[in-house]
Amino acid sequence: MNGTRTGLLSWIDERFPLTKLWNEHLAQYYAPRNFNFWYFFGSLALVVLIIQILSGIWLAMSYKPDAELAFSSVEYIMRDVDWGWLIRYLHSTGASAFFVVVYLHMFRGIMYGSYKSPRELLWLVGVVIYVVLMAEAFMGYLLPWGQMSYWGAQVIISLFGAIPGIGEALTTWIRGDYVVSDVTLNRFFALHVVALPIVLLGLIVVHIMALHEVGSNNPDGVEIKKNKDEHGIPRDGIPFHPYYSVKDIMGVAVFLFLFAFVVFFLPEMGGWFLEHDNFVPADPLKTPEHIKPLWYFTPFYAILRAIPDKLTGVLAMGLSIVVFFFLPWIDRHPVKSVRYRSPLFKVLLALFAVTFVFLGYLGTQPVYPILSELGLRFSELYFGFFVLLWVYSRDRSAGVFWTTLLVVLAVIGVIDWIRFDPSKGTLMMVSVLIPVVYFVGFLVLPVLTRLNESRPVPERLTAK
Amino acid sequence: MTKTDKQAVNTGRRRFLTAATTVVGAVGVGFVAVPFIASWQPSAKAKAIGAPVDVDIAKLEPSQKLTITWRGKPVWIVRRSKQTLNELPSLDGELRDPHSEVESQQPAYCQNEYRSLKPEYLVLVGICTHLGCSPTYVPEGEAHSLGPEWKGGFFCPCHGSRFDMAGRVFQGVPAPTNLEVPAYHYESETRIVVGVDPASAQA
Repeated sequence: MNGTRTGLLSWIDERFPLTKLWNEHLAQYYAPRNFNFWYFFGSLALVVLIIQILSGIWLAMSYKPDAELAFSSVEYIMRDVDWGWLIRYLHSTGASAFFVVVYLHMFRGIMYGSYKSPRELLWLVGVVIYVVLMAEAFMGYLLPWGQMSYWGAQVIISLFGAIPGIGEALTTWIRGDYVVSDVTLNRFFALHVVALPIVLLGLIVVHIMALHEVGSNNPDGVEIKKNKDEHGIPRDGIPFHPYYSVKDIMGVAVFLFLFAFVVFFLPEMGGWFLEHDNFVPADPLKTPEHIKPLWYFTPFYAILRAIPDKLTGVLAMGLSIVVFFFLPWIDRHPVKSVRYRSPLFKVLLALFAVTFVFLGYLGTQPVYPILSELGLRFSELYFGFFVLLWVYSRDRSAGVFWTTLLVVLAVIGVIDWIRFDPSKGTLMMVSVLIPVVYFVGFLVLPVLTRLNESRPVPERLTAK
Repeated sequence: MTKTDKQAVNTGRRRFLTAATTVVGAVGVGFVAVPFIASWQPSAKAKAIGAPVDVDIAKLEPSQKLTITWRGKPVWIVRRSKQTLNELPSLDGELRDPHSEVESQQPAYCQNEYRSLKPEYLVLVGICTHLGCSPTYVPEGEAHSLGPEWKGGFFCPCHGSRFDMAGRVFQGVPAPTNLEVPAYHYESETRIVVGVDPASAQA
């Protein structure tokens, strides 16, 4: 029996590098032995991808990409197709789960400095995947042809209209019509179902190949490849299979518990995963009272809304996403992991997470003056994070800190001067304290105290 | 030996031919891309659906709004009261473009104080010039959160842009320009045709 199996395997191996691939990527891929909770999300992203592809193919069997039929075909899937409701809820919950998992995966990368040398390209490919995923989610959201689908698409496509000169022509080209219409729906369907998934799969293969070339980072940010035994195997490495394949299966089991709970008991998640207005068919004559994108876009949407100028708003929103591409070059601090970086850096990173979540909340709220004012202040903190990251990226003289502080405060002052509105004078005066305290704190404390000193990084991994 | 090697591989010629092939190939890819990119343009059918729309405004009461569809977009017809018209100039100081100087936003014959052919009737494309939502009509006196000074106008729920009763944009909001006035003319006292200029209607 065993003889036949190895016989078959060697027959295949002579024709296809099966054993070689298995060893390179699983059985003899040595991963650091100290992976923690945060290292579940890469494999979970793959699991969600499979859920999306499977449920998506099944949805496409009953869905009609036609402005007249789309909305009712979704209702048909929900009511008349056997198990159609389950397949649709798997897909809609999967979309949100994808972003939950990807955001945690990205935060892990920022926490442990996984974008730093030699993993810059790995990080870049990852950011491209994130951008493609955003496009995929956006186009998929048009397909049910509800009110939010329609007006969300209208707003996002109009963003390109802010580009001087070619903007108008570009939006018409994207829509294939002068308004979002059947043509737009049909083409988004093709892109969502065929084009972008192919691109996504290709990019994920590249992402994994790049990862296995440079090797995984870890919570200590120590390169395990620098310390190899006589066989050339990292002393702090363990084979991915079976150690991490088994561990990841446990992660998948826990994840599927939570996922199934949402699918069966909270598929709309109180309007966060499926918005209430999207249960109304698209009406090109009436914008819903309060339109907002789905939660995973709202931090960027809040930045867009905070700025009372069309082109600047769109540019700021674009920059808030594009800035992630530059992260490996903004922060080149030799200490990778947050564990050994300074106390101030830890606070800075925590505040960035708070800022991101709070902007996300603001993006879901109606435009009241106080909220859009807070939106602007927290946008300043959002971009401020990257400025401070750069300042903190190596030992700098006191002069650099003082100069940066002056420049940043001047920029904030100029922005307030340009947008000054007497009716909001007090509000602006009070809210300006948020960025001022933030920047003064992070730029003065390193000069006056020793709070910005990193701790020594150990030679070997610290896990027991 | 060296001589035959040189005859066998002329690296200069090889490099030239490789470069030439690459250039020709790239040009070919460029040509092939044209139909794929151009196919995203509005189709002949989409372009054809732009027929003018005939509207009866006889039953429109003062400060009422009528919404019709023209080229797939909402078009509003609002009947403005005398009081509203008188209040318009008082807002000039708060507006971005009080005298309708951005020419793309209205036909030349509507580049006037009221942005209309007849002061009483305002005709607008109901699409916000910021990111394309359809603003809400908030007449003076209706419950709203736009402050005590509100003289009636349009409020965009998406990003908070505000426009007055002539579709002129206020300062300090994200929308860059006034709302668009479409081409239109009066077929009779109570009938408006949206999509055709007065001049070409007479011709």
